[in-house]
Amino acid sequence: MMARAWVFGDNVDTDQIIAGRYLVKLDPRELAKHVMEAADPKFASKVRRGDVIIAGRNFGCGSSRERAPLALKAAGISAIVAESFARIFYRNAVNRGLPVLTCAGVRRGFKTGDKVGVDMREGEARNLSTGKTFRVEPLPDFLLTILRAGGLLPYLKRSVGKAGR
Amino acid sequence: MTIAEKILARASGRKRVSPGEIVEASIDVAMTHDIEGPMVVEGLRELGTKKVWNPNKIVIVFDHQVPANSIDAALNHIMLREFAAKQKIPDFYDLFEGICHVVLPEKGFALPGRLIVGTDSHTTTYGALGCFATGIGSTDMVAVFTRGKLWFRVPESVRMTIEGRLPRRVTSKDLILKIIGEVGADGETYRSVEFVGGGMRNISMAGRMTMCNMGVEMGAKTAIVPPDGLTTRYLRGRARGSYKPVHADRDAAYVEERSFDVKKLEPQVARPYSVDNVAPVSEVEGVEVDQAFLGSCTNGRFEDLVEAAKIVNGRQISKRVRMLVVPASREIYLKALERGILAIFARAGALVEAPSCAACMGGHVGILAPGEVCISASNRNFRGRMGSPKGKIYLASPATVAASALKGKITDPRDL
Ligand code: SF4
Repeated sequence: MMARAWVFGDNVDTDQIIAGRYLVKLDPRELAKHVMEAADPKFASKVRRGDVIIAGRNFGCGSSRERAPLALKAAGISAIVAESFARIFYRNAVNRGLPVLTCAGVRRGFKTGDKVGVDMREGEARNLSTGKTFRVEPLPDFLLTILRAGGLLPYLKRSVGKAGR
Repeated sequence: MTIAEKILARASGRKRVSPGEIVEASIDVAMTHDIEGPMVVEGLRELGTKKVWNPNKIVIVFDHQVPANSIDAALNHIMLREFAAKQKIPDFYDLFEGICHVVLPEKGFALPGRLIVGTDSHTTTYGALGCFATGIGSTDMVAVFTRGKLWFRVPESVRMTIEGRLPRRVTSKDLILKIIGEVGADGETYRSVEFVGGGMRNISMAGRMTMCNMGVEMGAKTAIVPPDGLTTRYLRGRARGSYKPVHADRDAAYVEERSFDVKKLEPQVARPYSVDNVAPVSEVEGVEVDQAFLGSCTNGRFEDLVEAAKIVNGRQISKRVRMLVVPASREIYLKALERGILAIFARAGALVEAPSCAACMGGHVGILAPGEVCISASNRNFRGRMGSPKGKIYLASPATVAASALKGKITDPRDL
């Protein structure tokens, strides 16, 4: 199945991604039921595994709640391509193995429902519905290694394991 | 080097660092609370960490959902209490001690020159005492609890020069709202903001904390006030350990300089649904309010309660408003209780609650129904922050919150 784009605007804050009243839950599947509720109440029921979020500036601003990227990932989101990210969210997403890609002008290049392809190696986000391609900023090697490992904990486990041997 | 650069250089054992570099730095204090704490404990389990790196450098505070408002919250509290006991963490503050960002400075953990991380975005608050303090997520905290170290990208620094003295009933909250309105919600993303200038000398430690607290609302990684005589006085009898004030070099490099003269500043209000949607109070006057919230890590300090009590004293809160007054810590609560300040609010018809985050995060008390309006002394007015996504939060100073509670609509506190 092809990944579909979900397009959001600027300043999508962490309260929109997962509201404070759900932060008692630890199970990512429980969180996924309420993800993006304040921005789009239908999002959680419609999102499919592999879908991609396209957004404007300052995605993930606000709280340091790591349940924000966790809930998005549990809901099936495979990558977020935004014009810019808030810094704590950015780190948290990488630490949870959720690719976050910075890409100027991407928001206006997509509408919700467009087919989307993200190629991290080539550094491209493609709108397969319109044929337009967008260059994403390359991720530092350091972060790529963490993402490839599936997040910071798997990465640390592996490097601790290696050091132990 | 700037203050942020000097602190990161010291903490990573380097002579010099420059913006953009990635360094691995040793952490002086690591804080977590009842929301992210359970995620940290889970992560430690996953990683197989049996013992934390240094229990004396960890502080745990229960503040968001206290007392527990659900079975899940109660279970999370048990999980963290057991963790603190098992790891022999001496600085574990169970419910009623207060909000983490108020408790850490009060207990003397925030010291000039220190590198502090917390699993909460408003960890930037401690910069009021001249340290580098920033928010991180729970997985980063798992790394810190395990190894005592974390990687940082050295931020670019920005200098904001404050001049003048704030007029009557205009506070540091109005100033920081004005600044955020001007630079925007992502205006200083990834950067370290230094608040300097003669005007800062006239701003109390509580006021400085309010400003650094909201540094994150313009995206900043940290916000710092250079230590001065006020810092030393505040820390006397509080400081946990020795410290060495860090100042910027004369030739320190800043990517941006801004200055603000506060002499003619008016009370400011941030309208829904973003913190940079700021206007002078005159433009929003008359908006009817259902709830008024005085509290939070931004404006639940003693000085804030006093400022609001001066306005409320001897008057009655509007019948259409429920006013919540929540002192931010036990220390503040006691002081306000003993000096009769809490009685002023209770007599006027306000609900006075025990220290906690309360209405700020919408997970506990003071939840808004669709269409309801809250005037709040807290720091975020995001959609759904305080309950219904159709509720509306206007952010303002304690004085404006008090004046609006009396009148039942947003009111300029200078008119009372
Ligand atoms: S008072 Fe509000 S902003 Fe401060 S720590 Fe609590 S929930 Fe966060």
